Amino acid sequence: MSVTIQIPTALRVFTDRRADVLVEGTTAGEAISAFADLYPDIRTHLYEDSGALRSFINVYLGDANIKNLSGLDTKLKDGDTLMLVPAIAGGAESSE
Amino acid sequence: MNLIDDSRLADLSNDEISRYSRHLLLPEIGIDGQKRLRAARVLIVGTGGLGAPLALYLAAAGVGTLGVVDFDFVEASNLQRQIIHGTKDIDRPKTASARDRIRGLNPGVNVIAHNTRLTAENALDIMKDYDVVADGTDNYQTRYLVNDACVLLGIPNVYGSIYQFEGQASVFYAKEGPCYRCLYPSPPPPGLVPSCAEGGVVGVLPGIVGTIQACEVIKLIVGGGDGLIGRLLLFDAWRMKFRELRIEKDPLCPICGAEPSIRELIDYEQFCGISLPSDEAPIETITATELKKRIDCGDELQIIDIREPHERAIAKFPGAKPIPLGQMARRVDEFDPEIDAVFLCKIGQRSIFAIRALRDVGYKGRLLNLKDGVNAWARDVDSDLPQY
Repeated sequence: MSVTIQIPTALRVFTDRRADVLVEGTTAGEAISAFADLYPDIRTHLYEDSGALRSFINVYLGDANIKNLSGLDTKLKDGDTLMLVPAIAGGAESSE
Repeated sequence: MNLIDDSRLADLSNDEISRYSRHLLLPEIGIDGQKRLRAARVLIVGTGGLGAPLALYLAAAGVGTLGVVDFDFVEASNLQRQIIHGTKDIDRPKTASARDRIRGLNPGVNVIAHNTRLTAENALDIMKDYDVVADGTDNYQTRYLVNDACVLLGIPNVYGSIYQFEGQASVFYAKEGPCYRCLYPSPPPPGLVPSCAEGGVVGVLPGIVGTIQACEVIKLIVGGGDGLIGRLLLFDAWRMKFRELRIEKDPLCPICGAEPSIRELIDYEQFCGISLPSDEAPIETITATELKKRIDCGDELQIIDIREPHERAIAKFPGAKPIPLGQMARRVDEFDPEIDAVFLCKIGQRSIFAIRALRDVGYKGRLLNLKDGVNAWARDVDSDLPQY
């Protein structure tokens, strides 16, 4: 089934600036993996070496974090949207 | 929830009643709320894009004591969004500039300038005397430090964060709901997400997000309204959309969970480094002057500009081949592993990701990072090139 992955600005550098990408998947894990297959440069930003999602990226289905549903096993319906919500730190300007 | 104990409240003067009459006319704030605002002590961490509207609105609202923490100096590139500072403040300490502006706006506010970097050593001591902390910092280390110190001290952390056109806001208050680590248990490895200095930010965005933070601070102090505890507000200024996500308290949270593993402040510099793979080889760097020498000697080099076209247009690097960061892995075949490759971006941060991306796909040639990026080239080699 088709689901939409919503990509925040911080990660669009890896998706040719696209904000939404349509992928196939029956679970959150399948959909995100299909997304990473489309844009291989993003894989290292999404996954730990262990294959777990990185702890500074949350995935939301509706207004719920999939961590509070069934994690990567969370079942999806056709037309669902998964939103990637990474930690962002900006606010002031450091003199790097 | 009552952050300000009744024993700290005192009557308002007639001048104060005139000044704050538009608050007093709101039954939700009224005389009692205004007294609470005057008694309140709020610490603003960072006097940058978020700290500027926070400090201005909280001062205007009559918060009695405002602490501001910053170690930085005002730069010209700050003024596009950090509206508490003016052109005449360039090169002044940000805390001094902020203090003067707050006093000019409202002399009734007691301003405490903490002209220092917030660290694990000084954070509890600085923060312990405040009722609320508003986080307007720009880096993960300080965000985790502020969060952890707030949890340990039992005070609310009014959070805001921005990137380009997008913002996040929430209230992390472990006594009543989740903390920042319930949402993001640990930070990204250094540099995995570009900073504001690299990524750019639309100037009004921190104005909006910082003003949302100021609103949350005021509601916490007067004890009313529906706060952002347990909710993450997302704002997209380009599409002009707000969204709200739920944040659950994590029973396994390392600092506010049932069995916390963090019981005191830790070494945040070290902690942010831990996430780096331990087997990763160090990134080789080359300085702008070294690179210039190698070019002048006629060395064969692959110089790769990883910036996108709009950014290359600001300061063109002569002779570099453009390959945007997000395309490294799929364009690995365009590299010759026999020839040294030099990667450049604005300040030498994103170019590190490019090197990592090529390593990850098994590229074996030598990869060099131009230290401090094109800005260093402009500073040390070619003064005709602008620094941005």
